[in-house]
Amino acid sequence: MKIDVIILWVVYFLILSVAGIMLGKIMAHIFKEKGVALEEKILKLIGIDAFTAMNWKEYLLAVIVFNFVGLILLQLILMTQHWHPFNPEARNGLSFWMAFNIATSFVTNTNWQNYGGESTLSYFSQMLGLTVQNFLSASTGMAVLLVFIRSLVKKEITFMGNFWSDLTRFTVRILLPLSFVFALFLISQGVPQTLNGSVSVKTLEGKELKVPVGPVASQIAIKMNGSNGGGFFNANAAHPFENPTPVSNFFQLITILLLPVSCVFMLIFMLPRKQEGYPVLGVMTVLLLLGVVLSYWAQVQTIPITHMSFREGVDSRFSLSECSLWSVATTAVSNGSVNCMHSSLSPLAQLVALFNMMTGEVIFGGVGAGLYGMLLYVLMTVFLAGLMVGRTPEYLGKKIESKEVIWASFALLAPGLFNLLFSAWALNFQLGLASLSHSGSHGLSEVLYAFSSTFGNNGSAFAGLNANTTFYNITTGFAMLFGRFAVIVPVLIIAGSLGPKKKSPIGPGTLKTDTLLFGVLLFSVILILGALTFFPVLVLGPVAEHLILNIF
Amino acid sequence: MKTSEMEIKTLDYKNAIKDSFIKLTVQTQIKNPVMFVVYFGCLMATIICLWSYFTNKLSVFDVQICIWLWFTILFANFAEAIAERKGKAQADTLKKSRTDLVAKVVSESGISNLSAEFLKKGMIILCEVGDVIPADGEVIEGIASVDESAITGESAPVIREAGGDRSGVMAGTKVVSDYIKICVSCEKGESYLDKMVSLIEGAKRRKTPNEIALNILLCFLTLLFIVCVFTLKFFVVYLKGGTFSIDSTELLIYISLLVCLAPTTIGALLSAIGISGMERLLRRNVLAKSGKAVETAGDIDILLLDKTGTITYGARMAYEIIPAPSVSIDDLARATFLASLEDQTPEGKSIIQYLYHKFQVTKYNIPKESVRFIPFTAETRMSGADLIDEDGKAFSYIRKGSTEAIKKYILSFSGSFPYEVEETSRNIAQMGGTPLVVSIDKEVLGVIYLKDIVKTGIKERFEVLRKMGIRTVMVTGDNPLTAATIAAEAGVDDFIAEATPEAKLKRILKEQNQGRLVGMIGDGTNDAPALAQADVGIAMNSGTQAAKEAGNMVDLDSDPTKLLDVVETGKELLMTRGALTTFSIANDISKYFTILPAVLTGVLVINNHDLGTYLNILNLATPQSAILSTVIFNAIVIVALIPVALKGVGRVKRSAQSLLTRNVLVYGVGGMVTPFIAIKIIDKIITFFSLI
Repeated sequence: MKIDVIILWVVYFLILSVAGIMLGKIMAHIFKEKGVALEEKILKLIGIDAFTAMNWKEYLLAVIVFNFVGLILLQLILMTQHWHPFNPEARNGLSFWMAFNIATSFVTNTNWQNYGGESTLSYFSQMLGLTVQNFLSASTGMAVLLVFIRSLVKKEITFMGNFWSDLTRFTVRILLPLSFVFALFLISQGVPQTLNGSVSVKTLEGKELKVPVGPVASQIAIKMNGSNGGGFFNANAAHPFENPTPVSNFFQLITILLLPVSCVFMLIFMLPRKQEGYPVLGVMTVLLLLGVVLSYWAQVQTIPITHMSFREGVDSRFSLSECSLWSVATTAVSNGSVNCMHSSLSPLAQLVALFNMMTGEVIFGGVGAGLYGMLLYVLMTVFLAGLMVGRTPEYLGKKIESKEVIWASFALLAPGLFNLLFSAWALNFQLGLASLSHSGSHGLSEVLYAFSSTFGNNGSAFAGLNANTTFYNITTGFAMLFGRFAVIVPVLIIAGSLGPKKKSPIGPGTLKTDTLLFGVLLFSVILILGALTFFPVLVLGPVAEHLILNIF
Repeated sequence: MKTSEMEIKTLDYKNAIKDSFIKLTVQTQIKNPVMFVVYFGCLMATIICLWSYFTNKLSVFDVQICIWLWFTILFANFAEAIAERKGKAQADTLKKSRTDLVAKVVSESGISNLSAEFLKKGMIILCEVGDVIPADGEVIEGIASVDESAITGESAPVIREAGGDRSGVMAGTKVVSDYIKICVSCEKGESYLDKMVSLIEGAKRRKTPNEIALNILLCFLTLLFIVCVFTLKFFVVYLKGGTFSIDSTELLIYISLLVCLAPTTIGALLSAIGISGMERLLRRNVLAKSGKAVETAGDIDILLLDKTGTITYGARMAYEIIPAPSVSIDDLARATFLASLEDQTPEGKSIIQYLYHKFQVTKYNIPKESVRFIPFTAETRMSGADLIDEDGKAFSYIRKGSTEAIKKYILSFSGSFPYEVEETSRNIAQMGGTPLVVSIDKEVLGVIYLKDIVKTGIKERFEVLRKMGIRTVMVTGDNPLTAATIAAEAGVDDFIAEATPEAKLKRILKEQNQGRLVGMIGDGTNDAPALAQADVGIAMNSGTQAAKEAGNMVDLDSDPTKLLDVVETGKELLMTRGALTTFSIANDISKYFTILPAVLTGVLVINNHDLGTYLNILNLATPQSAILSTVIFNAIVIVALIPVALKGVGRVKRSAQSLLTRNVLVYGVGGMVTPFIAIKIIDKIITFFSLI
């Protein structure tokens, strides 16, 4: 292995850890802070009560209503963008199902794109529609995570914080400053930030070429920070205006993981005993590193027929290590931005990307969403392991009973089940098959990737599949809504059930959840649940393709 | 004895096999969702085989798959049936004593005979010497010694009397002296034992919360595999580029795949584990009102024990004799022995026992005729013995009694009461003991130190409890000093002295508020509120009816250390379920590697390379043999694990951490490796006998 790859990895993870710890501490402080903050006073002026703590039902209602209103608004903005200002290229309003798909995509923090941003959307839609949801969807994930953490950490708590307060505090104090600074950095690297229309240039051949620009930097900043990933341009971070320099590439890589990593450190700082958070952090880290190494290894193999490595689909500005690191980070975290085309990754690197998404985006995962998903796995592990020590399972002193098991199993398994059903449907249905650009195993991967990405709220695209058809707009739209809310609702139900429970003190008979052994178990449960669900289809997709490419 | 036991065992097995077939009805199967999926698969497989037979396409492979699928169901039924049979046998031996009893019912019109079957709550029955008590109840009149050996196995009769803490009697026990009138407290079918029997019958058993949670998880997993197998067919159809078609053998293969992946091992044994847990409890002479209580016992953090009768023997017992100055200890021993020889109180008996063990004094040392026993009277507050000559005339008077009584007695003879004896008495009283002074004629011989003795072996058992993370708290009405002495001796972690019922209740609530689960063992009526409030209340069988009603378990042996057994059983229940679930899930990983290549054979063939063959890392002979081997393994593993389900995974007395390590290694890692080896061997056997 080349030394520069090692250096890239070490520097990357070092900066990430330091920044993550610092930001995690700040976040823990912000949400611990009692008293009346300025944001809440402002909310009061517009008639929103951000003071009274909510029970889980009220909180859930607030989340659903807020997201539903956001969805409708975005849908309307997209369908009527020709009426709005900031539309120098005179883009037309979108069709209902296309707008539905985009709206769901941005509200659910998926940011799956079935359109080319520069050729479809007006600046108004990009800025007031998409960018706003980039902020709010990330904050929604964070708010749900906070409720979950409070229900676990505090004893006998029924009222677990105020949604409006959590939402605004995170948006105003973390996301906005972080994105503002990052946008300025991106502008310094050459990312455009303008409201003017496309720039006309004369090419060497003397032809007129329209180069699309726009308010790019402001959108890219939150796209990376909020684990959104929906780019301004179709080519996403492979586009030179979104990701102009090696420095911008490196720091965008950092921002993919920054907030998700900070979430975990925030949890650690919020726990009464910090050690309890280490298995979560450890398992996420190990899964991520395994993916990074395996993906890079697969990427630098030579293809027997061409005697070349997997360079197809990688911009010549980037190295294979930057591409594979990005592909793993973006699928582990539900970011979904890409700096190379995943369809052209080596089959095993595709396998890594697919598996990352199939775990339900819990390897750091989306802002808030990754950690609450992982905590569901923790509950599942505690249940199995707790039984094995002969005690009603407990996590952080809270008893895990049938209600928690029902909803945790549902949230962890249901998206996977629907993923399989939808993929099988699409592959045996004329409307589904029509969008494929490959047959055989690679075609299977295309469809599987689309549904894994949408059910996992990742949003990265495989390329190759024409997803802007009514069939895929509806099915992936449903997938994104289901993948998001079929987890959020159970999480809040579980929080509602765990919160009021007593905290049992730790004794020698209690299952220890801060040990290496527990980490190993958690790791196994994630791998095994994923493997049991997806083993057959992964064998038929990427594994078969790998065998065909190398052996057959 | 041995042979008859063996006969019963074979009968059990025969009946269990019969039951396995009886349980094949839809109504029974639908109660277990995991096995119902297998059951449905079996029915489909049978239809497929019949259809193939009539269209002349039936192969040996089809038939064998079908048979083994049915075996999977039968083995699961057998596991439940054998657990039920064993439980019933255990309950029957307890029940045997209760059948065909005639009760003497007391009413205004006199005494009439009534079959025990028809006894109603609140009826008054009379039990005389030799009668078997026909129903659980409370003594309202009289005092009698009762032989409870039929139920507890303890041969010494116990005293049961109206009022106080010893008023509860159990059906099936026998009155051996005097008579008692009993108020029936339980109608037939309502008593503890009947409740326990219903916990042993699979059909009537209510699932515990932990079991429900596990069942949900298993249902989700089964659903997952149904979708997995169902969609697999469509992925295969897509890859083959054809339209949907499926032939009979292929359908059978998909059914087999589903059955092998579904968590059948734990699904099949879940019910047996629960039933056998109750059976094990019954064998330890503990009756539980619900399975939930047993599992909760496994979670207990803190245990409150009533001191009297639980930690100590309850009656004061001789601990030491201390002679007065210038009296030899042998003289004191001899006099004490004579004074207590015919003393029937527990104290008196304990003195005789003590002297025998310590000084080897027996009644043969002195002719019996020469002693006349003077019983205790409230007036003199002394008992003793007069030594008599051949004419029956007393020539010497031995007395024992409280310090004050003897002092008064001695002084009335103008004898002297030594200061040292008074001092000793005071010391004994301060340590929580009871001093008894012994005198002969005018002379004070010394003091008997009576003490509430801690039961033997109890310290060790508390030690085990501590290791399992359970703290023990002794509850007593004694003063703090006495309580502290006994607490230290018994090795409890904490004590509550001068405890009132309110104090007990308060302590339980306090612990519960701190998130702890509290167990309480008691026997008295004043324990009832605490027993009811505690998460697990175990009433002593010797205790009052009120205490038994309030608790959720009754210990027939009235042995408080029994809680350890209950805790163990509760923990073992959960552990066995957890371990077998882990095993079942771990199995699936390896089963994927044995069966999936076979299913995928012929799906993707490029340049004569077959994806299926390439994935066959275990190098199983043929796809058919791989599938059949996996199905056979899947069925046999149920039978192989029946002993684990019935006996539990064992080795509970460890810390959580070491338990987890062990179970993960044995059932997790073992669960992943076992199928590889076993399926390879079965595959070899199948190929050797060319069964396909």
